[in-house]
Amino acid sequence: MAGVATLPTDSSAAPPPARGARGERRWSRTTVEVRVLGVLRWVVIAGLVLFTLFPFYYMVLLSLRDLSSLVQDPGRLWPVVAEFTTSTYRNVLASTDSGGQGFLRFMANSGLIALGTVALTLAFAIPGAYAVARLEFPGRRKVSVLFLSVYLFPSILLAVPLFVFFTRIGLRGSLGALLLVYVSQTVAVSIYMLRNYFQTVPASIEEAAAVDGANRFTVMRRITLPLAMPAILANGLFVLMIAWNEFLFALLFLVENRPRWTVSLGLSQLAGSIEIPTTVLMAGSVILTLPIVVLFFASERLLTGGLTAGAEKG
Amino acid sequence: MTAAPVLPTPRRDGGRRPGPRGRGTLRWREARAGLALISPTLVIVLILVVLPIVWTVALAFQDIRLIRLRTAGLLGDYTVENFTQVFTSPGFWDSLVTTLIYSVLGTASSIGLGLVAALALRRRFRGRTFVRATLLLPYVAPVVAATFVWGVMLNPQFGIVNEVGTGLLGWEEPIAFLSQRTTEVSLFGLTVPVPTALLTVIVFEMWRSFPFAFLFLTARLEAVPATLDEAARVDGATPTQVFRHITLPQLMPTIAVLALLRFIWTFNNFDDIYLLTGGGAGTEVISVRVFDFLVSRGDIGAASAQALVLASVLLVLVSVYYRFAAKDEVA
Repeated sequence: MAGVATLPTDSSAAPPPARGARGERRWSRTTVEVRVLGVLRWVVIAGLVLFTLFPFYYMVLLSLRDLSSLVQDPGRLWPVVAEFTTSTYRNVLASTDSGGQGFLRFMANSGLIALGTVALTLAFAIPGAYAVARLEFPGRRKVSVLFLSVYLFPSILLAVPLFVFFTRIGLRGSLGALLLVYVSQTVAVSIYMLRNYFQTVPASIEEAAAVDGANRFTVMRRITLPLAMPAILANGLFVLMIAWNEFLFALLFLVENRPRWTVSLGLSQLAGSIEIPTTVLMAGSVILTLPIVVLFFASERLLTGGLTAGAEKG
Repeated sequence: MTAAPVLPTPRRDGGRRPGPRGRGTLRWREARAGLALISPTLVIVLILVVLPIVWTVALAFQDIRLIRLRTAGLLGDYTVENFTQVFTSPGFWDSLVTTLIYSVLGTASSIGLGLVAALALRRRFRGRTFVRATLLLPYVAPVVAATFVWGVMLNPQFGIVNEVGTGLLGWEEPIAFLSQRTTEVSLFGLTVPVPTALLTVIVFEMWRSFPFAFLFLTARLEAVPATLDEAARVDGATPTQVFRHITLPQLMPTIAVLALLRFIWTFNNFDDIYLLTGGGAGTEVISVRVFDFLVSRGDIGAASAQALVLASVLLVLVSVYYRFAAKDEVA
C-alpha cells in the first residue's frame, strides 16, 4: 500500500479524469490500485487456502506412509503409490488385545457421548428457547443474560469445582457425569441460537392456529417446530461437533480409564508415546477429523447461517 | 429481535388491559407456560455452572488438597493463604504477563487475518463458496488433531517446516519451535532474542481463530449497501480510500465486538497451549497453571484462587461486552 501512495495522486480528490486523456488515465491512482489489488487479491486467496489446508493435507499424506519412509525422506510432499499403505489405519483402529491402539473403541465412546449430548441438549433447549423467544414470564430478561454469560464463561473456570465435586461423590470417570457436564456447557449456546430463529417465525402464524382452537403445545409441536427444523438441525450439528471435539473435561473425567477414552483424549494421551509411530497416530488424527469435516461440508450453509444469526446487525 | 415486547399483538393487548390479573388470565397462563418450559434448562445450568462457580470462591479460601478430599469437610476453615501464596510466587506474575501477550497478539492477529480474508473474498468468483467453507476448517477441526499435526509439522527431526527451512531457506540448524524458549536472531548485526515457543502458539492461535473473525466480518460486509461504495467511487475515491473511509468505519462495531469476544476466549484458552507445549518454554498461561495446580500438584485451594483471578478479569470483560454489544441481544 505504501508504494501505491507515492504514485501520482492528482486524481485522488478530484473527479475521475476525462475519458479522452488516455495516457493520464492509465496511470491514475485508481487504475494502479485496481490493478495492484486485483493481483494481490488472488495472491492472498491462494496464500490463505494454502495456509489453512496444508496441515490437513500433511495429515492425510503422513497417515498413508510408513514411519521409515517418513524418516528417510521427510521433505517429500507428494504421495508415492509404491509406498502407499493402509497398515497405519488398521493398526490404530484395532483393539489393544490384537496389538492395535483401540481407536474403534474410542470412536464408539465419542459417538455415544456426542449423540447423547445432542439429544439431551435439544430436549432441554427447544422448549427453553421457545419460552425465551415467545412467552412473557417473570425473569425472562435475567434468564437471557444468564445464558449468554454461561456461553461466554470458558470451561477452564468450571474445571476446578466440577473436578472436585465429581471426585468427591465418586462419579468422576462415569460417562453419564461427563454427558451432564457437556449438556450444561452446550445448552446455553443452543438456546441462544434457537431463540434467534424462533423469533423470525412470524407470530401471526401461531396466532392463526390459536384462533382455530389449538392450544399452546399443539401450536409449538405442529407449527413452530416444523418451521424451525433447519435451525434445529444446524444447532444439533453444532452441538455434535462441540461434543466430539471436546478435550478438557474428557481429560479431567476419563483419563485414568482407557476403555472409556474418547478419540480426542486417546490421541492426546498416545501422542507423547515413543512406541507408537507418528504415522499411525496421524491415521488417528484423520479418524478424529474426518467425521467433522464431512459433517461440516454437508451442512456448511446451515451452520454458518446459524452461527452469524446474532451478528448481522453489527 | 424484540418482536414480542415491542409489537404487542391484539391478543396479548387484551390480556394487558386493566381487569382481572389473577389465575386463569391469558397473561398468567403464558407466564406459567414460560416458566415450565425454561425450568429444566435453568436447573441444569444452575447446578452445573452457576453453583460450581460460586463454590470456586469458597474453595479458594480453603486449604484443600486432592488427596484429603474424601475426608475433608465441605466447609472447612477459611484462610487467605492461597492468595498470598499465589500473589507472592514469581511464576504467577510471569504467567499473567505471558497470558496477556498471548491474548493481545492472538486476538489482533486472528482478527487481522480474518479481515484480510473477508476483503479478499468479498467479490464473487467461481468456487467462492467452496473457498469460504475451506477457510473455516481450522475453526471446526478438533483441537487435538490440529495441535498434533502442527506438532509434527514443527518437529525438529522430521517436520516439514524445519526440512524446508534447513534445505531451502538456509537455516543453520533446525528450530525446536515448541520447546525452545528463545532463539537468537541476528538482524543488521544485532542479535535479538525472539520468544520462539510463545510466538509459535500465537501463530497457531491465529490459524485456528481467524475463521471466526472471517465469518462474522463476511456477514457484516454483505450487509454494507453497495450504493455507498459506488457513490464514493463515482466521486473519484480509489479502492484504498473507499476501504479506509467507507468500508472500515462500517466494520468497526463488528471488529470491536470480535476483539472483545476473541480476547475473552483467548485469555482463558487452555486446550491449544496445553496440547502444543504443555505450558513449557515460556508459554505457561494462567489456565494451564490452574490445571497444573489442580491435577499435578493436587492443590485445589491454589488452583481455585488462580481460577478466580481469571474469572474476575473475565467478569470485567463480559460486563463491557454487555454494555456495548449485547444490549439488544438479550432483550
